[in-house]
Amino acid sequence: MRLKTFKKGVHPEEYKHLSEKKSLERLPIPGEVFIPVHQHIGAPCRPLVEKGQEVKTGEIIGQSTGFVSSPVHASISGKVKAVKNFPNPLGVNSLMIHIVGNGEDEWGDLPDETQDWENLNNEEIIGRIQKAGIVGLGGAAFPTHVKLTSPKEKPIDTFILNGCECEPYLTADHRMMVEQTGDVVLGTRILMKVLNVKRAVIGIENNKPDAIEAMEKATKVFDNIEVIPLKVKYPQGAEKMLIKATIDRDVPAGGLPLDVGVVVNNVGTAVAVADAVIRRKPLIERVVTVTGDGIKEPKNVIARIGTPFQNLVDFCGGLTDDTVKIIMGGPMMGVAQHSLNVPVIKATSGILCLTGRTVLKNKEYPCIQCGTCIGACPMNLLPTSLARYAQAGNWQTAKDLGIMNCIECGSCAFVCPSKIPLVHQIRIGKQKVNEMIKREKTEAV
Amino acid sequence: MQKEINKMEETKKVIPNEKPKVSEERKPVVKKQRADRQFLLTSSPHMVAVDNVPKIMWSVIAALMPAVVFGVYNFGFNVLLTILSSVIAAVATEAVINKMRGKEITVGDGSAVLTGLLLAMTLPPAFPKAYAAIGAVFSIAIGKQIFGGLGYNIFNPALLGRAFLQASFSVKMTTWTAPVTIDAVTTATPLGSFKFEKVMTPYFDLFMGKIGGCIGETSALLIIIGGLYLLLKKYADWRIPVSYLGTVFVVGGIFWLINPDKYPDPVFHLFSGGLMLGAFFMATDMVTSPITPKGTWIYGIGAGIVLLIIRLFGGLPEGVMYSILFMNAFVPLINRYTRPKIFGEVKK
Repeated sequence: MRLKTFKKGVHPEEYKHLSEKKSLERLPIPGEVFIPVHQHIGAPCRPLVEKGQEVKTGEIIGQSTGFVSSPVHASISGKVKAVKNFPNPLGVNSLMIHIVGNGEDEWGDLPDETQDWENLNNEEIIGRIQKAGIVGLGGAAFPTHVKLTSPKEKPIDTFILNGCECEPYLTADHRMMVEQTGDVVLGTRILMKVLNVKRAVIGIENNKPDAIEAMEKATKVFDNIEVIPLKVKYPQGAEKMLIKATIDRDVPAGGLPLDVGVVVNNVGTAVAVADAVIRRKPLIERVVTVTGDGIKEPKNVIARIGTPFQNLVDFCGGLTDDTVKIIMGGPMMGVAQHSLNVPVIKATSGILCLTGRTVLKNKEYPCIQCGTCIGACPMNLLPTSLARYAQAGNWQTAKDLGIMNCIECGSCAFVCPSKIPLVHQIRIGKQKVNEMIKREKTEAV
Repeated sequence: MQKEINKMEETKKVIPNEKPKVSEERKPVVKKQRADRQFLLTSSPHMVAVDNVPKIMWSVIAALMPAVVFGVYNFGFNVLLTILSSVIAAVATEAVINKMRGKEITVGDGSAVLTGLLLAMTLPPAFPKAYAAIGAVFSIAIGKQIFGGLGYNIFNPALLGRAFLQASFSVKMTTWTAPVTIDAVTTATPLGSFKFEKVMTPYFDLFMGKIGGCIGETSALLIIIGGLYLLLKKYADWRIPVSYLGTVFVVGGIFWLINPDKYPDPVFHLFSGGLMLGAFFMATDMVTSPITPKGTWIYGIGAGIVLLIIRLFGGLPEGVMYSILFMNAFVPLINRYTRPKIFGEVKK
């Protein structure tokens, strides 16, 4: 049978072998954590604690200030040492709550577990998800409760669970599907109930045969959940590509999955949902793949939110001497880090440590108009032209050519034989076009 | 605004403090230092494919080698000197102009070597070496560098150089010598003998290349082998040879069916003249062909039609060069009107 997939895209070398067989390991409770009040898409949180205050694990320490926002919780018990700006892994300084642990990991009072979740009403479930601070754990960190409250005029008929993990190196979702299969399925069923859908599909790339097998076995009893093995291709985990690959629907340009009756969530998010709704546990930890040829022992680590990267690196045997690059996330869309003094946040799917052997210094050549980037762009854009117009400051033309549709997946820059930083240039262009649109709006008013 | 871009460019290029070198006296604080270790900061993606521009250029050169070697075997050692003079002139011109423009010397990327080589392959075997060098200088200087160097030229530089030679030394450019076996005897190319004397050349000779013609264009077989290698490596867009050759075959075939006495058959069209070399190595030049998939079809079909017009109705026996140059001129326009539909875009 021919495996399903989407059109175009690229196939970078996978490097999953470094960590795909490594079982999840829990990182010892860190001595201190730095918890940013803004870890999600939407409004930042308002800190609820002050310097010197005692906090317990799981306590809300940052209250969301809007609907599109998500609260943050203390991930260890201890004393708040500071509420001020620290460097975050997105490359800037941001307001964080610095907690020094008391070494006890005392939990605050959690409500009782609920086993018969099927009798809960949807508002209650969504409320629990919201209170637990759950956001998309695939990397985008979009608040999950917002996704679940879709407008009435856009009925949802399919829920898609994203088990692609198409980024090279990363194996966090893979291990969760193999080791936490029960929770993945439970989370999926809870999400299906909230969305009131009859059908769920789980898309998994077929470089994870053990995950496919485990998920198929666990969902066999549910007729309405289907596991779909997918051909390995990047960026299959991008929402629009995954919807195309699994159920062959085209999300309109500029639209959202709910425009075609679909909600997509990540495997990690499903596990967090099960934790929140049944065990009433807030999102205070996540699975992080620590990998790359620059780390001595690649591992899949369960780490508390706010743990400095350094702790995870030390737990994995430390860096090799020739490590030159640290990336949060995967190699295609991840963010390079200047140091290890940044905390794990809700969006940290991996810490990738690369040596000079893999980080090649690539000489940049002029664009030779080969069109390879066009053949790779999953959104069917003209990356070379977009980059050129962006560089020339011609924002209007860039906008007309659809620059805002770019999902910054990096396929174009990956294949470019001239090694032009296309994504970087397009990203600048997007920013400028955004400013332009805003300006036009305010002028029109 | 430009300033802002430059600034962002700079931040992107913040390279990396190298790993802090730990000197003897600082050793005690190693632990602390490690935490503050600075790493390379670049924008995503952090992984790139292995292909790069020099690799593509040198691969194209390698793919041409079978045809070049056959050309030397076919027409004698003399043509090797013609090829060398063209290549050396091309490379030297590139280096001199780089120097004059105060730019980095770009000879190593292989594109100048390729241009010189391609130009030589389209010259008659007895073409004077000095003239070949002049053509190469023109190719690089006027065909490429004047536009800003690699990637910015509108016309295929090798073909532009050839057009210049054709206009300047038209007699020398149309004096053909037979393969070495009958040394230094002037002869006609298969296309010429058909056009002017209605004499057909056997298919087998056409295919193998034991015929008169330009240095590197005679053996269809070896050019196809090199061309297929390029298509396989995706260094040439398969749509271009398919649409170019396909159009010549189909449209040429229609004319042949209408009047077989007047027009040559389509197989003869395909394997004679410089069509194979043009279709696989000239029309596929990345810089001067369209970037959109739909555009490459239009480009190939257009080139095929122009070629047939010249071959069937024009005064010249061959039209590969002009057909490609003609379509080169339309590439920006083609690109503009063949923008692919964005994923999820609704047709207006």
